[in-house]
Order: sequence, then structure tokens, then C-alpha cells
Amino acid sequence: MNYRSRKLIALTAVAATAALVLAGCSGSSSGSQKPDEKAPSHLSGTVSLWHYFSDREAKAMQSVVDDFEKANPDVTVKVHSGQSDDKMSKVIASGGDLDVAISSGTDDLGAFCGSGSFRDLGPYMKRDNVEASQFLKIPYGYSSFEGKQCSLPMLSDTYGLYYNTDLLKAAGYTEAPKTLSELQSMALKLTTYNADGSIKTLGFNPLMGFYENQAAQWSFITGATWMKDGKSTIADDPAWNQLMTWQKGLVDKIGYDKLKKFTAGLGDEWSGDQAFQTGQVAMMLDGEWRVAFIEDGKPDLPYGTAPFPTGDKQTDLYGGGYSSGDIVGIAKTSKQPELAWALTKYLTTDTDALVKMANEIKNIPTTTAALNSPKLKLTPQFKTFFDIAASQHVFTLPTTVIGSANQTTMDKYWDSYQQGKGGNLESGLKGVDKDINNAISLSKGP
Amino acid sequence: MTAASLREGRDNTQTRPSRPIRSRAKLKRTLVVWAMITPALLGLAIFFVYPLLANLYYSFTSFNLLSPPEWIGLRNYQYLFTQDPRVVTAALNTLWLVVILVPVRIIMAMAVAGLLVRAKRASGLWRTLFYMPALVPPVASVVAFVFLFNPGTGPVNQILHAVGIPGPLWFSDPALAKPSLVLMGVWVMGDIMIIFLASLLDVPRDQYEAAALDGANGPQRVRYVTLPHMGPVLLFAIITGVIAALQYFTEAAVASSVASGKTGVSVQLSQVLGYPSDSLLTYTEWLYVRGFSNFQLGYAAALAVLLFVITAAFLFVLLRRFKAFTPEGRS
Repeated sequence: MNYRSRKLIALTAVAATAALVLAGCSGSSSGSQKPDEKAPSHLSGTVSLWHYFSDREAKAMQSVVDDFEKANPDVTVKVHSGQSDDKMSKVIASGGDLDVAISSGTDDLGAFCGSGSFRDLGPYMKRDNVEASQFLKIPYGYSSFEGKQCSLPMLSDTYGLYYNTDLLKAAGYTEAPKTLSELQSMALKLTTYNADGSIKTLGFNPLMGFYENQAAQWSFITGATWMKDGKSTIADDPAWNQLMTWQKGLVDKIGYDKLKKFTAGLGDEWSGDQAFQTGQVAMMLDGEWRVAFIEDGKPDLPYGTAPFPTGDKQTDLYGGGYSSGDIVGIAKTSKQPELAWALTKYLTTDTDALVKMANEIKNIPTTTAALNSPKLKLTPQFKTFFDIAASQHVFTLPTTVIGSANQTTMDKYWDSYQQGKGGNLESGLKGVDKDINNAISLSKGP
Repeated sequence: MTAASLREGRDNTQTRPSRPIRSRAKLKRTLVVWAMITPALLGLAIFFVYPLLANLYYSFTSFNLLSPPEWIGLRNYQYLFTQDPRVVTAALNTLWLVVILVPVRIIMAMAVAGLLVRAKRASGLWRTLFYMPALVPPVASVVAFVFLFNPGTGPVNQILHAVGIPGPLWFSDPALAKPSLVLMGVWVMGDIMIIFLASLLDVPRDQYEAAALDGANGPQRVRYVTLPHMGPVLLFAIITGVIAALQYFTEAAVASSVASGKTGVSVQLSQVLGYPSDSLLTYTEWLYVRGFSNFQLGYAAALAVLLFVITAAFLFVLLRRFKAFTPEGRS
């Protein structure tokens, strides 16, 4: 055997060994995923909770955790606040110290559940008599994936219209718009301009990408659907065409360049300079949490809330809205699954805990008992969102294995379309479907 | 005394060690050598060879980080070259940064270093002033720049407005977002400027005088005296600059986040990366999105392999092109 052959064999052996090591290293194995036959009579130990809340919201979360520790004096909850899904997935993959994860939405549920990284909570629920009927239907639905209840909803976000009552009154309006036509005429009337033609105050900012203006949050306006049988079918639903044509029409009426310039000068969505809070925008789509931000940063702002207007052909949908929310899951690598379940059950089903969180951070509780609790501090602006959550016409997004890639693909196309660069809308939407379906196909494996 | 007798004398006075003793000494020397290079080899194996092999392996798998990888052959590469809707945009943006940002930074750093060499007064102060921006952390400098260039409230546009010039949208304009980052790149050029300055100060003055006596004008003195002396330093600046541009991430990501007005913890990075209109979407950002937002680590590994190959190709071309400037090339 010559030197070259020996070298080749050695290299092949190294590569093969490396491949075996790599294959063995990836995806930490999970222990028993089944719960004990009976729930433990006494809880003790340390459980690690990772969540995305920060600042004021993290304090509210800590207060609820403190209550749990008070009720279970031998339990310590190690809290990791301000954590994104990206980071949590890395910790779970590496078998790190994560028992319970709270995600801010369902975008990544497909990856967490599809991979088995979140435990199936069904057996725990059955053992402890936690019923699906305790939860609101939509949040309970969006916290499962392919029939498996691998997470539970904790609080939900519901979207509606915020409007500045003083600005509307000055323009002669006493009520919020209910259809897109009304929204358009009010938006144009409420928009004022500087001497040089630039926008001074905007009635409604239709630019896709502005704050919460995203395809997901807008889709319910005309009841536009995303998927069928696991495949993207956006181009097949004329409701998208209707919605995007309306939006582009309003952008063109005000002027894309003017809108872009005005929007570029506005404050950050999560800062005290948020454009609705400063009075630069008269109406906007936002989640119920804005009520708490306004209470905190601009308590004297004269404003009202209402369900978001619907398409002129879909007036029956009025009163509903888009909904998503926080989900709580237990990592497959949890070394304290019973403790983790006890904490998860407390966070998702305990009425006092849910009401406390709802009152502090102004989110919608996700159990029927908490939603009807007399302890809820409901201002008129906040109550609107409770009514939306209870509506029959609440829309949510289908969960995919590609995270939010379907939404960003659609958002990117819509951004081009509103600039007049999207070409023919129908073929553009077909292209969106193709890109989303290719990405899903790639994630499905062999 | 002849050399032969010297050798004989040495042979007479020094006894030649026997074969086993020589072998033991050789073995000892070998062991010492291995003991000394083992930490370095281990570091290389653990932090370079293993990740490289791991990445190569994952690029042939469907891997979402949370489940074990599954072998899918060339599917990731097929998707990369035929179906990925944004990889071309990301690659072109990155290429733009390599072609524009790197040369602009180097030319500006050389110009400033050239001026500082000639500074007669307060040269220390000027050097410090030009170097200081390089000490600012990248995230802080990008945030500051985006605020300075904010179209509505930033001082730059307010000054432009005061003199009757309509201010552009800077980081919010797809056509100006990358040039705005180049402006920032020039502002923080102190890191390479200080190396150029040291190299310029090292050029022997008598060579300039000799060139002047031979009738060389200013540009000719730069071409035939300054540049050959600065060759290795220039090569270093170009290579590190190209690698940094190919891996450009932080500055573009922060600029997109701040300029889009969405910097909350719950905001998914994939929503804002590339703002405005994908003009700031770099190759490594796209790799990150596919890997960690879309849970396609296998595909992200394929993107990383391609980036590695392109970087290696760039370096190969650069090193061949600049061979004349290296000591080996000169000899």
C-alpha cells in the first residue's frame, strides 16, 4: 500500500469517525416523557423558568412567580427574563438548565413541538383533570401542534383600533370607522400637511412594516387565509387581493415617499415617543398591551379603542380581530418535569395568577374563569379587547415548521408591492406561495 | 591546523553517543516538541477542525437544532442555488460591501495617515482624535449614527434643512442605507489608520530624497517608494477588511432594528433584518435567519460552507495578486 493510499484511508477514517461523533452528539436524548402516575403530594426543589418579558412586564411576572413560591415554600423558581425563542431553543438543544419556557407567540411552536422539544402536556392534563374547556377556544387551539397539546396558553394578545378622540373630534368624527372605506376617508381627512407638502400628522399609517402593520395582523380584516393541508395557498384566496389593493390605494393617495419620510422620523414602537402616544398618528392597529404602555408613559392621552374596521364585503366580521399570545411549554430535557408541570399549570390555569398578569401588563387572560373574574380592572379601552377575544370572528395563524418564514416572505412581497415594485399581484402572490412551500419542503427532511 | 585535523581532534575529544542513547535523546526531544505543540493542536482540532467538519456534515442534513439531523444529500445545496428567494439579494449586498466599503475605508485611512505624518503641531492630539471612534463598541456607534441621521429628528438633516437642503432618508432609504453604513465605516477607520501611520513613519526618508533627486514627482514617489514599503500592511488591511465585510452582521442588524423603529425584546430579529427593503440584508444575516429563526440549521450550514469557499477564493486571488508585495514575492 503506497503513502497516498494510506493517507486516503486515514482521512476517510477520520471523516467517518467525525460523522459518527457528530451524529451522536446532535439532539440530546430525552428521558421519560410520561408523568408520574399520581401528582406529587408535596413539591420541593428548583425549577428554571425562561420568559421573554422585560422591564415593567418582567416585574409583573416576578410577582406571580413569588406567589407560586409562597404557595410552595420548598420550591425555588430560577427566573431568566428577556429571553428570545432563539436563545431558548439553543438552551433546550444543548440540554441546558431550562424547565419551563414562555414564548411570546406561536411562530416557533411548530419547531418546538414538531421536534419533541416541548413535552406533550396531554397526559399531565388528563392526570390532573385540566380540561380543554377551561381555556378560550382560539388560544387553546393555537397552543397545540398537529393534534399534540405541547404547550398551554397563558395570556393572549388581541388586536384592535386605537384612535385619538381629540383629533377625531376636531375633524368632526365621534365614532371609530367600521369599514375600510370609512377608515380611508377618515384617514385622509385627519392627515395634515406642512407648508412644504410633508406630512404633519397622519390619520392612519397604511405602510406595511410600520409598527404592527404586518400581513399576519392584517389578514383578519378581509378574512384572508394562509394555508390549506399544510401548504401555502395565499394566491388562491381573493381576500388577499382585496386587502392589498385597498392598502396600496391608500398609500398611493397619500404618497409612498411622503409616508416613508414621515414614518422614518417617528419614535420607536416600544419607546415613550411611539407615534400614537405623541399624537403624530390619529389611528392605528395595535394589541391590547398598548393600554398599559399608555397608562405608563402618556396617561393623559385622550384615546378610545374599537374593533379594527373590516373589508366592505366582510362587515359580518366586525367585532373580531387577530389573536396570538404567550404559550408555556415544558422542555423535553427538564430534570424536574413534575415541578415544571406544577408551575406551568399555575401560570396557565390559576385564576388569580392570570388576573394579576392581565391587570398588570394588560393582556387578555386565556381561561374562561379569569376572563369573567370580577377582580379584573377593566377600563373602557381595555374592555374592547375582551369583547374582541370573546367574538366568534377571532383569527389566528396556522403554525408551521419554518417558524415565521411564511409571514416574513409575505411581508417582504407586500413591502415591494406597496412601492410599486411587486409586479402583477396575482403572480406575485403565487411566487410567495412557491417560496413558502419550498421552505416547508426543505424542513420536512428526507 | 587544517579542517580535517580539527575534525579529527574533535572526534578524539568527544565520544560519539551509542545508538540507544541517541534514540532516547531523540525520543525525549520529540516528546518535548509534542508536549509543547499539543495545546495548540488541541485548540485547532476543537475550535477549527471539528466545527468545520461538523458544519460540512450538517450541510448534507435536515437539522433543526432540536431533533437529530437526517441525511438529505445535496438537497440543501439544490435549494440554495435554485430556490432560495433572498440569498442572491443577501450575496449582492455583501459583495457591495466588499467592493465599496473595504476600498473606501482603506483609501480614507491612508489619506488620513498621510496627513497625520505631515502634522507639525499637536500630532498626538490629531492621532488620538482620529483613532478614538474605533474604540466605540460597534452597537453603540451604529445606534448613535442612526439617531444622528434620523430623517425627522436627527441633527444632520436639521442642519441640512437650515441651509435649504432637503435631507435624505439615510438608513430608511434602500438606496442610501449601505452608503450610510460606509460613512460610519469611515468614521471608525482608526484601527487600520493607526497601522498605516506606523508603516508610513517607517519609510526611510532618504529614499524620498533619492527619488526626488531622480526627478520623481509626488504621485511617483507614492507609487515607487511609499506603496512598496506599505505592501505587507496594505495586504493585511485588505485581507482582514474583505473577511470582515464577508461576515458583516452586527452593524447592519442594529441599523435595521433601530431604523425600522422595532427594537423590543419580543420583536423577532427576522422581521427587521434587511430593513429597508432588504437593502441591508447581508449573507451572514440571512444565514442566521435560516438557522435560528426558521430552524433550518442544515441549510444554514450549507450557506456557511459556500461562504467559506468564497472567502477562501477571495484570499487566494488576493494573495496571488499581491505576491509582489510580500517578502517571498520579492526574493
